[in-house]
Amino acid sequence: MPEPAATPVVRVSGLVNRFGTQTVHDGLDMEVRPNEIFGIVGGSGTGKSVLLHTILGLRVPDAGTVEMYGKNVQQLAAADRSALVRSYGVTFQNGALISSLTVAQNVQLPLREYYPASERALSELAELNLGLVGLKPDDGAKFPSQLSGGMVKRAALARALSLEPKLLFLDEPTAGLDPISAAAFDELLLYLHSQLRLTVVMITHDLDTLFRTCSRVGVIVGGRMITDTLEGMLGNQEPWIHAYFHGPRARAAGMPAAATPTADEDTHG
Amino acid sequence: MTALELEGEGDDWRLRLSGDWSLASIAQIEVELGRLPAGLHGTLVCDWSRAETPGIGPAWALLKRFAEFAFAGQHLDIRHSGDPPHFLQLLQKLEADLPAARTTPRAGQTFEGIVGRLGRWSVLQGTQARGVVEFFGRIAAVLGRAFSRPQALRPSSLTRHIYETGITAIPIVALIAFLISVIVAYLGAQQLNRFGADIFVVDLVTIAVLREMGVLLTAIIVAGRSGSAFAAEIGVMQLNEETDALRAMGMSPIELLVVPRVLALVIALPLLTVIADAMGLAGGGLLCLINLHIPLVQYTYRMREALSATTFWAGLIKAPVFAMLIAMVGTYRGMQVRDSARELGRLTTVAVVQSIFFVILADALFAVLFVQIGF
Repeated sequence: MPEPAATPVVRVSGLVNRFGTQTVHDGLDMEVRPNEIFGIVGGSGTGKSVLLHTILGLRVPDAGTVEMYGKNVQQLAAADRSALVRSYGVTFQNGALISSLTVAQNVQLPLREYYPASERALSELAELNLGLVGLKPDDGAKFPSQLSGGMVKRAALARALSLEPKLLFLDEPTAGLDPISAAAFDELLLYLHSQLRLTVVMITHDLDTLFRTCSRVGVIVGGRMITDTLEGMLGNQEPWIHAYFHGPRARAAGMPAAATPTADEDTHG
Repeated sequence: MTALELEGEGDDWRLRLSGDWSLASIAQIEVELGRLPAGLHGTLVCDWSRAETPGIGPAWALLKRFAEFAFAGQHLDIRHSGDPPHFLQLLQKLEADLPAARTTPRAGQTFEGIVGRLGRWSVLQGTQARGVVEFFGRIAAVLGRAFSRPQALRPSSLTRHIYETGITAIPIVALIAFLISVIVAYLGAQQLNRFGADIFVVDLVTIAVLREMGVLLTAIIVAGRSGSAFAAEIGVMQLNEETDALRAMGMSPIELLVVPRVLALVIALPLLTVIADAMGLAGGGLLCLINLHIPLVQYTYRMREALSATTFWAGLIKAPVFAMLIAMVGTYRGMQVRDSARELGRLTTVAVVQSIFFVILADALFAVLFVQIGF
């Protein structure tokens, strides 16, 4: 791996985001280590998506800095920014596939833009990326509107993977999926994470996904982030965190027994 | 610099990868791979030790090339050496699974294919024609029900659409009617001046504006403004499943979305036409005053001479018909939107083009009809 283990892949410090008089983030700190799956959790309206948009540079924060690979994102020159944008993949909550392009064309879109190659090479790469996320080559010819919810999430992941990023941002990757599709997506993510040595930052509400995949979790409470391992979170006495990890749905997700499979993931970080 | 060197002979080959093997070099790697000779057999050792930053895409392209050799029936035993990238195993597994998942490629153009396409097209036209009739019928049904249940006409929605399609269109309709009649009067004056028949400019403007141009221009402007708005508005609601939600709650999108728009335009377009007529006559009067030195008193006197009892009504009576056409084409195309943003754009364009076409077609039919009945 090019990054030494000491440098965090993403570091957010002292982040402040305001909408009018409402302060969403108030001095938020976050650190993502290489090769981990980092889960971001928080109640509705605590600014999870705003945080992601700020990290991606889609929103300029009112205060604070965002660093990726040790470089301040806001102070990068245009050329460096463009290189940085190519080094990570993003999936959005509803897939955000371009509806007038087929799935294969969606996957090829960033490739065509940055690495012009022959049609044959492009179709092979589309086949590769669809294969990586478990879609059939035939699915490439379909339009996004012809896909099921689970396939949309997979196609969005294929597009995010197409530039071979080392870092993935996923916004609610399993939201709206049935439990079987969601579980299959979890396994896919774990498989790609280990095989391609990815670092993953994931916003999720899905407790099963959280327990199955994440090595560390950041909870946004009161505009700040509390970061800990899952085991640590289970013992946290902060009211919202306690309610989240000990509520009826958490018990249904099978914690704390379910927390054990993630233990081996911790060794990566 | 990316390079691919093949060494060896007979049954023993060595493929040396060197230089940049990242995704950025994919175009060049593709070219290099294409140069590999087709007739390889025996054993091949693929040496990765000098490949810099090997990417997943290029490795995949290499494996696909090897797979082609195997597909061609050559016995080539491939081994990877020199610290191959960590994802190679994953790709090999993916490659091995692939042929099973692949289906046969589609056949090319055949006679059956062309006949089939023609048949499908005919069936499609048939179902679309049925759809139009059905749409018309549903609107008529809602209007019929409104006799016994007036609230089916949705007064609040109706007033909103009258405001949006009528009131807000007044400035642009007035301006364009004014300018066009100035142009017609100006060109007419130049021609009639040669015969010393300046005063007939008044007849020209009055009849042209009242019979044809007032209503036609207004209809075309409204088709561009409101026809597109109807199609886009209802189209986005279709994409958001809002119309499905209405149906699921037992409410009819025709009653809630289509009929108020159609009725609003049927009310607004004649009123706009009256304004356009007035502005057109004013424009003609202004030009006559400035350019031909015809005083306004004489202009109005001559105008009354030129008017027959039916001139004004021959124009205005067309307005509700044009309004029906514009509103129904716009809403119908909007209801047809499915699936994608591109479809929305396409059908909005179709709505505007078709509504203008139908307006002009109807105008031509009216012209023939009026001549026949001496209206």
